[in-house]
Parts: sequence; structure tokens; C-alpha cells
Amino acid sequence: MGNTAENRENVMERRHIKISGKDVIAALRTSLPIMVTFLILGAGYGILMQEHGYGPVWSLLSGIIIFSGTVQFVSVTMLRAGSVVMAAITALMVAARHIFFSISMIGRYRDEGKRKWYLYYALCDETYAMLSKDDGPAEVNVSAYRLLVTLFDQVSWVLGSFLGGLLGTVLEFDSTGIDFAMTALFTTVFIQQWIDSRCHIPAILGLTATLACRLLFARDLFLIPAMIIIIAVLSVMRGKIEETGGAKDGRL
Amino acid sequence: MADYNHAMIIILVMGLATLATRILPVLIFGQGKKVPDYIMYLGRVVPYTAMGLLIVYCLKDVSVLEAPHALPEILALAVVTGSYLWKRNTILSVVVGTVAYMVMVQLIFV
Repeated sequence: MGNTAENRENVMERRHIKISGKDVIAALRTSLPIMVTFLILGAGYGILMQEHGYGPVWSLLSGIIIFSGTVQFVSVTMLRAGSVVMAAITALMVAARHIFFSISMIGRYRDEGKRKWYLYYALCDETYAMLSKDDGPAEVNVSAYRLLVTLFDQVSWVLGSFLGGLLGTVLEFDSTGIDFAMTALFTTVFIQQWIDSRCHIPAILGLTATLACRLLFARDLFLIPAMIIIIAVLSVMRGKIEETGGAKDGRL
Repeated sequence: MADYNHAMIIILVMGLATLATRILPVLIFGQGKKVPDYIMYLGRVVPYTAMGLLIVYCLKDVSVLEAPHALPEILALAVVTGSYLWKRNTILSVVVGTVAYMVMVQLIFV
């Protein structure tokens, strides 16, 4: 009985979270490199939309409705006269990697109550990289931290695209190459994971399977076979990975 | 006006498709009282495979065969890796690596 009451209290507690200054600072610290890059990349998208005749409000709407940089950039050329069926298929193909990400967050987000629907809807690559690697600094409320990191990342992208559409080419700044920031971010997470884990099979698998599929398949399609191979190998090698990694405690 | 209606439909359709990739897996696998053991296992290991996947995805348009033969990417990744192993500071490595990359693609390998 005591146990059930405690559980209920726990659930109640997670249903209404309090956000402290500490949580905001921790989330800002995590999101900062993403926020800066999203503001600039978002502005690039806003400028492109403006050039195609769709002003800042369109960028804002698209950022809220789609919220995927890759899908949004592809969508620009389809807005005027693209086929609706092709638009759906293209978006499904480009965004397919999110299936992979969402599945792997089910365990972490299961106690997030109604907030989890926002967390899943706004789970972009960068937010996923930050929130799948750990539960944030020890002293933070993990629910508040997840919500804030997700929100800061999305707001930066949407705000950047709105401002890009508004100010357009007034901003004389050559941002060629800024997208490398995302490659750099994923690389730092990759290195940290490598240092922290005892079992390197998943890291090597992710890199080599995706690289092999990039060489074998079309540029727009290779992620789908890569994910299938990764899931298949992870399933077959489960015993070995859990044994060497001792992954039972959530770490490898 | 018809034009803008079409644009709105495209955005809604692409938004719905994107949302489906993020939400459907949860509706299919995450609705039970207890999350299946196998899904929990994937949750533990997939993040370790996903970073490699994302790195390759980011670099998918880079060609080793054509000039500059992926040199800016290789050098900038070396800067990121070296600085991260040295200082273990994500923001520092992202900034230094990106600035190095931007300088290379804008000024050196043009």
C-alpha cells in the first residue's frame, strides 16, 4: 500500500513540474551551441523562403507545423506547385530517421505525462543528441531540463527563420559552412560516448553501416537501409553487447 | 490566393508526415503499462549508434573524389576531435571547429 501511494505521489510530481533557475541555466548551457546555429541556419531558411515569395509568417508557420530543418528546406521548391503525394512521400523519406530516434526515447519519456507529446513532436536531430546521451547535470529536474532544451532549440530555429524572412539580405553575412556546427556537435557526443562506454560495437556499427549505405544507395535514401541494418545487427548481437557493456544500468 | 492555399496544404501535409515519423512509433510501441524489454534495450544502445549515423548524414554531400577531396571536412573534424580530447568542452570544440571550417570553405578552398 505504502508503495502504491508513493508511486502515485511520484506520478503527480512529474505531472506538474517546477522549473528552477538551475534547470534554465543547465538547459541553456546544453542548448547554446544549437541555439546559435539554429538562429543562423533558420535565418538562411527564412531568406530562402522570402526569395520564393513566402514571407516571415510563412517561415514561422512552417517552423511550427513541420519543425524539421531538412524537410523544410526540401519543402521550399514544392510550395508553389508541388504534388501533394510527392510532398508526403518526400517528407516521410527525409524524416524517417525520427522513427529511429523516437523508439529509443520511449523508455526515457514514459513518465513525462502529457509533456511527452511535445517532446516527441519537437524531437529534432540536435535535441535528440543532447537528450539521449544523459539526463542532464545531476542537480537538475530532468523533466524540466528535457522540456527546456527541446523548447530552446525549437524557439531558436523558428525565431531565426522569422527574423531571416523579416530582415532578409540586410544581414550581410556569409554563413557558408555554418552547418558544420551540427557535424561538430554530433562528433563531440560521439567522442564522449566512446570514452564513457566499455562496448564500442554500437558506435562502430552506426558509423560503418551508414557509411556503407551512403556508398551503395542513393543520396536521399541511404538512411533507411542503414537503420534497418543497425536494428538487425543490434538485435542479433544483443547478448554480446549487453554482456560486454553491462548495459543493464543504462550505460554501455 | 489559390497559390497560397496550395502552399498551406503542402506545409500541412509535410508537417503531418514529419509528425507521423516522430509520434507513430510511440503510439505503436509505447502505449502499454510496461515498455517491452526489447524496446528498452534499443533505447539504451541506439543513441550510441545514432551519432555515427548523424555524422555520416551531415557529410552526405561531401565528395572524396572531387576537389578539395574532403580536406576541409577532414581538417575541421581533426580540430574538433583534438580540441575535445584536450579540453572536453563541447561549446569550445563546436565553435573552433566551425570557424576553422568556415574559414577554409570561404577563404582557402574556394
